[in-house]
Amino acid sequence: MSIRVEHLKKRFGDFSTGSAGSAADFVAVDDVSFEVESGSLVALLGPSGSGKSTILRILAGLEAPDEGRVLFDGVDATHVHARARAIGFVFQHYALFRHLTVEENVAFGLDVRNVPKATSRRRANELLDLVGLGGLGGRYPSQLSGGQRQRVALARALAPEPKLLLLDEPFGAVDAKVREELREWLRRLHDEVGVTSIFVTHDQDEAFSVSDRVLVIHRGRLEQLGTPSEILDEPRTEFVAGFVGEVNVFPAEVANGEARVGALHAKVGAPDGHARLVVRSYDVKLWREDAGIATVERVVTLGDRVRVHALVDGAGSLVAQFPRRSSLLKNVEPGCRVQVEVTSARAYPRA
Amino acid sequence: MRAERDVGAPAIAPVEAAKLDARDTRGDRLAAGRVALGAVVVLYLAVVLLGPMGALVAEVSRIGIGEVLSAVLAPPALEALGMSIALVAISVVVNAFVGTIGAIALVRHRFVGRGLLGALADLPLAVSPVMIGLAFLLLVGREGVLAPVLEALDWKIVYAFPGLVIGTLFVTLPYTMRELAYVLEEIGTSEEEAAATLGASAWQTFWHVTFPNVRVALGYGLLMTAARALGEFGAVLVLGGSISGQTQTATTFIHDAVEERALAGGYGMALVLGAISVVLLALLEHLKHRRARALGRTK
Repeated sequence: MSIRVEHLKKRFGDFSTGSAGSAADFVAVDDVSFEVESGSLVALLGPSGSGKSTILRILAGLEAPDEGRVLFDGVDATHVHARARAIGFVFQHYALFRHLTVEENVAFGLDVRNVPKATSRRRANELLDLVGLGGLGGRYPSQLSGGQRQRVALARALAPEPKLLLLDEPFGAVDAKVREELREWLRRLHDEVGVTSIFVTHDQDEAFSVSDRVLVIHRGRLEQLGTPSEILDEPRTEFVAGFVGEVNVFPAEVANGEARVGALHAKVGAPDGHARLVVRSYDVKLWREDAGIATVERVVTLGDRVRVHALVDGAGSLVAQFPRRSSLLKNVEPGCRVQVEVTSARAYPRA
Repeated sequence: MRAERDVGAPAIAPVEAAKLDARDTRGDRLAAGRVALGAVVVLYLAVVLLGPMGALVAEVSRIGIGEVLSAVLAPPALEALGMSIALVAISVVVNAFVGTIGAIALVRHRFVGRGLLGALADLPLAVSPVMIGLAFLLLVGREGVLAPVLEALDWKIVYAFPGLVIGTLFVTLPYTMRELAYVLEEIGTSEEEAAATLGASAWQTFWHVTFPNVRVALGYGLLMTAARALGEFGAVLVLGGSISGQTQTATTFIHDAVEERALAGGYGMALVLGAISVVLLALLEHLKHRRARALGRTK
């Protein structure tokens, strides 16, 4: 199912006091428009409180937008009830029915449609096999681990064969190792089942490793929509540049396509004037040179990467990342002078 | 005492055995404190609850089981008890519906005046039933504001069965609703939302998801409702007038019997109510455990 969202707006107010438009009002989604191709796997990426979950809940019909439209396959679904949207929703904290067995949970979406019991149970068990939980149908949710519960939730959402699968921070509540497995597994499952899927995450690794396309959301606004590499390589806004990966931000002056801050300079495609210079930690080269422009403060080894913290003359601290065996790191140690070269950077004009 | 221990601890620290001793005495002191606390609670319960019950049993056996039994089995007593049981049945049935609908409205829906409604639902807990009885009297009594309307319709409320029902329903209103509202708040909306996304109608969601989760709480609330309805005195006295064979309930029967020095009937009825309360209490206790388990089942 293809999805089209037009000028979505959602404001949350304090209903109990009945004071609409007061300071307590909070704009969760602010004029968001985007399209999702049928069959793709899309991530809504943003920091917590950015409005990404609200967008997902509006797509599910669990929240009504104040303004804007939601179209499924070109048909306006803005006012269609959640139950009639043919969606599957996976909740952050699973929301399994605690009084039903795993099998009954998965069969729920079929049972409420009066599918014959034999058929619904067969389908439930097929799905439990698919998510690797075959044989656990008789258990209660409380008897499962977090990762298992999450997979039950996914099987339950898939059982009625939804045209759109929505996942709210699907792996947020499980530990790091299980999260890694579930990610891989979600990608494979998506390729197998082929249902259009949108998931919400605040974890950029998760967004980039799993999805075809990423929507970066910040303060209720859509900052950028693109493939993972587009977003990494061509961040369109300062927020995206700063949110994705490890970056250095400097207040700089741009003149003739070159940004300068203290002794540091970089080629940028920004108009002349005040700007914020954003430099990724892996877009910096530095090497030992007594006539250099910076002094090394710390060298930190992180697995197969090395991070160098240096103080650039007139610009302030800078972080650079290298592969552990990089020849550039030779003799680089705290206290020594280094030369710095910015291989790639972006500048964003500021007032 | 704390200062003494804090100063003392470092002094004995080098000696292992002394340290163990010190820990032991602290443990002993804690244990002694627990015993003392337990004793106070038991003593309090004994004085407030078991004392009167014991005195009642003693008094009944002094008067003679036979005499008490015949007084309790006499028509006025049976009619009064029947009246109380009818009021219990009505308030349980009405509260099952009103309490459930009210709790869902309060917890799951957002509307103007919701806070006020919540406060009003708790009102019967805060005000004296006698005062409520009098207030209703001003409204629907012989001289009341609505008296002409009731007269025209030939409806008799005060000093009649409807008066008893109104009084009992009013005092029992909060119990089921509060209990359910608490549990609905506790379990949250995500299971209901999940049901909706899976295609369940509002009724299917209520019946297959919400209700199973609040069933135990509903039973608990209704038991409290029953206990409250059975024990109500002030409101049914003011609104019903305790007319023997018509509006006399078990509690007003006891009151009248004691007034008339018909002690056998009074004490006998008190003992019957006490026995029913014990049964209700045992059921409550049972449900309390089930409720704790139901709430703890998933998180």
